[in-house]
Amino acid sequence: MVLEQETVNREYKYGFRDDIEYVYRTAKGLSEDVVREISGLKDEPEWMLKMRLRGYSHFLERVMPDWGGDLDDIDFDDIRYYLKPSEKEGRSWDEVPDKIRETFDRLGIPEAERKFLAGVGAQYDSEVVYHKTLKHLEEQGVVFMGTDAALKEYPEIFKEYFATLVPPEDNKFAALNTAVWSGGSFVYVPKGVKVEQPLQAYFRINSENMGQFERTLIIGDEDCQFHYIEGCTAPTYTTNSLHAAVVEVIAKPGAIVRYTTLQNWSDNVYNLVTKRAYAYENSTVEWVDANIGSRLTMKYPSVYLVGKGAKTEILSVAYAGKGMHQDAGAKAIHLASDTQSRITSKSVSQNGGRVTYRGHLAVAKGARNVKSNVRCDALMLDAVSRSDTYPYMDIEEEDASITHEATVGKISEDVLYYLMSRGLTENEAMNMVVLGFLEIFTKELPMEYAVEFNRLIKMEIEGNVG
Amino acid sequence: MTALEVKNLHAGVDGKAILHGLDLTVRAGEIHALMGPNGSGKSTLSHVLMGHIRYEVYEGDVLLDGTSILGLLPHYRARLGLFLGFQYPQEVPGIKMGSFLNAAYKRMHPENEMEIPEFFAYVDERMNLLKLDPSFGARYLNDGFSGGEKKRAEVLQMLVLAPRIAILDESDSGLDIDALKTVAEAIDHFASPEVGILLITHYQRLLDYVTPDFVHVMVDGRIVRSGGSDLAQKLEELGYKWIKEEATVEVT
Repeated sequence: MVLEQETVNREYKYGFRDDIEYVYRTAKGLSEDVVREISGLKDEPEWMLKMRLRGYSHFLERVMPDWGGDLDDIDFDDIRYYLKPSEKEGRSWDEVPDKIRETFDRLGIPEAERKFLAGVGAQYDSEVVYHKTLKHLEEQGVVFMGTDAALKEYPEIFKEYFATLVPPEDNKFAALNTAVWSGGSFVYVPKGVKVEQPLQAYFRINSENMGQFERTLIIGDEDCQFHYIEGCTAPTYTTNSLHAAVVEVIAKPGAIVRYTTLQNWSDNVYNLVTKRAYAYENSTVEWVDANIGSRLTMKYPSVYLVGKGAKTEILSVAYAGKGMHQDAGAKAIHLASDTQSRITSKSVSQNGGRVTYRGHLAVAKGARNVKSNVRCDALMLDAVSRSDTYPYMDIEEEDASITHEATVGKISEDVLYYLMSRGLTENEAMNMVVLGFLEIFTKELPMEYAVEFNRLIKMEIEGNVG
Repeated sequence: MTALEVKNLHAGVDGKAILHGLDLTVRAGEIHALMGPNGSGKSTLSHVLMGHIRYEVYEGDVLLDGTSILGLLPHYRARLGLFLGFQYPQEVPGIKMGSFLNAAYKRMHPENEMEIPEFFAYVDERMNLLKLDPSFGARYLNDGFSGGEKKRAEVLQMLVLAPRIAILDESDSGLDIDALKTVAEAIDHFASPEVGILLITHYQRLLDYVTPDFVHVMVDGRIVRSGGSDLAQKLEELGYKWIKEEATVEVT
């Protein structure tokens, strides 16, 4: 499973790797013993081991999905499923091993934490190595910690929600995640609490042929409000890594929950993620999802509008340069009356990159007065790139108000000329058009992230100009 | 001294020859009006001068300050001080007018470093001249602008980017009389001994408010007659027909 060397030439500033001594690692490959070994190491309750084995058995039975991107090169026997980088989850950066701390320094995490974050979690390969929440939030009962720690500290709430939105049998990669999950974020925000600044988690893959399987569980109690952000990067290797996460988000009545992902994987990562939210009565779930990099991403954040008056907004952007395929989209499942969804997808492909929009909009029988607006726009920067759109709809109530718009465009020579006539180079002009195209997304980000996102997109475009 | 010289220019687009030996010199301190019927090649000239890659030059030369610019991409020409106000400006959604102007200004005048508040004050002053609301700077570049707003936005760019040679391609078309006066006043305000202006226009009415030093009439890709501002008056009275007839006589 060696990638062509040329696909690794992308200018990717997070492609560095660390030589670290792992505290523990399982042998390559997956077996029931490996599953039991991981559970045993974590000293888990019996119900969790059973859940893992349920996932493992379904993983074995389930065929590979053939409706999306090309998964043929994934060799499950060549992957290491668990790598423990440090003894414990640090509560201060001093407790994090030096080399790992330096990596997060390079990624700018401690600095961002000091400046504008309410809490930070940092995962390195399989384990969360650091987590911390501002004291006043902890005092109000806000919980933000690694998922493994939460299983020990909040076993009841954990058992009540874990795998209820994404059961082990949901899909092959959710089954795999259930079998070998490690790390991830656990967030609980109590009734009525508003967290002003974002809670940030950062996921870093370091090792080669590594599988990262974080499991994130987020619960927003009634009338609370918060914003959770995750970022992801990995070193550039010529062999493949696998990232198969599962995220479950519960927004109780009246809660406003925003989940933002800024994924910037190196091009050797298969990113196959299941993300699902339940929105109860009058709650709002906002899903803001950016996908840059990876060899293949298959990810369709889904919101089940289960309570009357619930709303969701799903905003997803994808960039695919050379050797990348972004198969992404969104799902809004309306199960209750007076629910609203808005799905906006923007994709950019360049230099042979491929983007696929795959969406699902459903209105169940009995869900009256539903409003939904779907818009997907694709921009191709050259003739060798590719864009496809698959919007599925199942509407079972006649009074639903649904709009759907899709556009596919190329960057126009006349627009470039116009901008160049104002002193911008062709590259600068192209950057400007792309950043303008993605602005609907960028303006939803906190300022610091918007600046970083624009910088990443510029680097990608310049690195991919033919 | 600043001068744009067009010498015996033969050019066209998509394999079709449109300009057939055009000569024109615009010096700093001068206002020129280029008039002519539809299809005479006025807009082609503007795009050849600015360097649109689809337009080809078959013969002749274009010099700025004595040096040929024909081999230069549009952004180099802009940085040398050439400006084109477009007849049909492009829409760029998601890019705010203010940040676009800032990016363009930095490239055209790298020597003038202005902090953001200073720059926006500089832009606001010029928006005032054009009677544009201050919120204009927060709108996306030409996106959803009315026809009149697009024209004023082009003139605003000229005022802000402060070129040495400005070509305005039909900046007057589609404007009501109040907007026309506003645009004319802004052009007058911009005119100075340091800049040369070429107004491309189909109608004479802009010239009621901006008095050109020279008027040229273009027919079939050539300037067939040049004169003072009285030539524009005569065209208004007699139309293009008599010029066309004369031109035909001269050629045959």
